[in-house]
Amino acid sequence: MKVCDMMQQLDMKLFSGASGIEKEITGGYSSDLLSDVMGNAEEGQVWITLQTHKNIMAVASLKEVSAIVLVKNLQPEDDVREISNEEGIPILGTAMDAFTVAGKIYAMLK
Amino acid sequence: MLFKYEVEGGNFSKAGFASGEIKKILKQINIDAKIIRRVVVALYEGEVNVVAHAVRGTVVADIDDKQIYIRIEDEGPGIKDIALAMKEGYSTASEKVREMGFGAGMGLANIKKNADWLNLSSKVGEGTVLEMKTFF
Ligand SMILES: Nc1ncnc2c1ncn2[C@@H]1O[C@H](COP(=O)(O)OP(=O)(O)OP(=O)(O)O)[C@@H](O)[C@H]1O
Ligand SMILES: [Mg+2]
Repeated sequence: MKVCDMMQQLDMKLFSGASGIEKEITGGYSSDLLSDVMGNAEEGQVWITLQTHKNIMAVASLKEVSAIVLVKNLQPEDDVREISNEEGIPILGTAMDAFTVAGKIYAMLK
Repeated sequence: MLFKYEVEGGNFSKAGFASGEIKKILKQINIDAKIIRRVVVALYEGEVNVVAHAVRGTVVADIDDKQIYIRIEDEGPGIKDIALAMKEGYSTASEKVREMGFGAGMGLANIKKNADWLNLSSKVGEGTVLEMKTFF
């Protein structure tokens, strides 16, 4: 499944990083603790979180995740969108909470 | 090849700069992507520790054809009990730092997992030196 497929099927909003929406999703990781993500997320996974500040892009780009999904209608700060565009790592938004959206993505990847 | 970066305590918006630069350099010299990820995870955690816990620091990276050696030296409070600090879950991070999603107490454990060699030394009231090596 590509990032754009997940986006369409779950009716997600694209905040930034449009150049990366063709990337393949290999799995997912849900956490709001940055060093947990640093230690345990894997390349190509979507990262589900409620953190919206700039450091999420450092983590996402160093770990090479396929996309970031912000839950509960949270929005990325402006400087975060800028880096997401530069890096081509999409930041997506959903109204769902982490539990719900993780369950849906999990089911779609099975 | 020697590279040097400054790290500012308290400035989270700049945390990760050195890691990003080192990542670009290692890519340019065709280091394996898995090895690059291990290096930058460890370096990022070291950088963030200076930002979160110290006043200022410098990152020096020495790259040759066999390895990368990284030394992160800071001026700051230092670490009283290094063995305790290395334990996963131990953190003295402030409430503000925790709200940003740091302070899980996993950074040093991540560094240990991702570096091939690690040395941490510190003087309380003066600062901390973290050295690590990754072999290509
Ligand atoms: N450069 C440093 N200067 C002073 N204290 C440090 C430094 N690095 C680590 N420490 C101490 O060691 C503890 C553990 O560090 P570690 O990186 O494992 O976790 P953390 O930074 O608290 O949280 P996390 O890395 O998960 O965001 C810190 O909370 C702090 O007390
Ligand atoms: Mg840390």
